Amino acid sequence: MPSLKEVKNRIGSVISTQQITKAMKMVAAAKLRRSQEKVLQMRPFAQKLTAILQNLSTTDGAEPGWYNKPRPERNILMIVISSDRGLCGSFNSNVYKEVMRVIDEQYSEQRKQRTVTILPLGKRGLEFFRKRDFPVDAAFVNVFHDLTFAHVSAIADHVMDAYRAGKYDKVILFYNEFKNVATQILRIEQYLPVLPPASQEKKVVPIDYIYQPDQEEIISGLIPKSLRVQVFKALLDSNAAENGARMTAMDKATENAGELLRELRLTYNRTRQAAITKEILEIVGGAEALKSS
Amino acid sequence: MLLEILTPEKKIFEGEVSIATFPGADGSFQVLDHHAPLISLLTEGDVVYKGAEANGTVRITGGVVEVLKNKVVLLADGVVA
Repeated sequence: MPSLKEVKNRIGSVISTQQITKAMKMVAAAKLRRSQEKVLQMRPFAQKLTAILQNLSTTDGAEPGWYNKPRPERNILMIVISSDRGLCGSFNSNVYKEVMRVIDEQYSEQRKQRTVTILPLGKRGLEFFRKRDFPVDAAFVNVFHDLTFAHVSAIADHVMDAYRAGKYDKVILFYNEFKNVATQILRIEQYLPVLPPASQEKKVVPIDYIYQPDQEEIISGLIPKSLRVQVFKALLDSNAAENGARMTAMDKATENAGELLRELRLTYNRTRQAAITKEILEIVGGAEALKSS
Repeated sequence: MLLEILTPEKKIFEGEVSIATFPGADGSFQVLDHHAPLISLLTEGDVVYKGAEANGTVRITGGVVEVLKNKVVLLADGVVA
C-alpha cells in the first residue's frame, strides 16, 4: 500500500497534467476553426482553376510540355507535410509510415543509391528523415510560421525549378487531408510530372471559348498556378488535420487523466481509512491494556 | 453580369457590374454584359469594374479570367493592397 503522502502527490501532479491537456485541447480547437476557415476560403479558387484547366484540355493531341512528360525515374523527390509540434496522436507517424512503405515498395533501388530526396514541410518530418539518413532539402521547413499563398508559392516554384533543371524526375506529395475532427485521410499525390485530369464519363460539349493568348500558352501559364495551389491546398488541409488530431489526442488525454484521478482518489481514501482504523485499534488496545492492569 | 474576384486566400469581391477592365496578357481589354465565352491570362495590373452599386479598382499580380454565361470569374494570384 503506498503511503498517504505519495498518493497525495500523485493526485496533485495528475491534476496539473489534466489542466494542461485541457488547455491544449482548447487552443487546438480555436486554431482548428481558423484553419478550417482558410480551407473553405481557398476551395472556390481551387475548384474554378481545375474546371478551367479541364475545359482547356478537352481538346486532344496537345504536345506534352515540360510538366507532363514522364521520364525514367532516377531521382525522386518526396514532399512530406508533417507538423512543427508533437502531441497530436499518430498524425505524423502515419505520414512517415506511408512514405517508408512507398519507398520500400517502389523505390528501394533508388533508396540504395540515395537518390530519394525528402523535402519536409514541418519540423517533425525533418527530424525523422534526418535521423534515417535521407538526403534532405530543408529549405522550407518553417512554412507553418507564415502560411500565406505567397510563401507557399515559393516552395512550389523551388520544386518546379529543380524539376525543370532535371534534378528530380518525379515528385510525390504526402499529406494528411482533413476529413473531420477525429479523422484524417492520408493522401499521396503525384505532383510532377502532372497527370492528365481524370476523364469524365460523359463527354461535355466543349464550350467555344475565345482564348487570349492561344490555348497552349494559357495551359502552360496555368499549370504553374495550379501546382502552387496544389501545395497550398495540401498545406492548409494538413494544418487543419493537425489541429483536429491534436484536439482529439488532448481530449483523450484529459479523459484518461480523469480516469487515473478517480482511481488515485479511491486508493487515497482507502489508505486514509485503513490508517484511521489502525489508529483506533491501537488506542482501544492501549486502553484495554491499562484497564486490565 | 456577375463579377467574382477570388484569390487562393479569400474572396475579394462579388457583385453585379456592368463593365470590367482587365490587364490581359496581350493588352488591356474590357468586358461588357453578355460577353462571349472567354478565357484569358492576365498580367500584373489594375482591374477596374463599374456597376450600379459597386465601383472599384483592384491591383492584381497576375491571374486568369473566365467569362461564361454572363458570369465573370477572376482568379488572381495575389492582390496588392
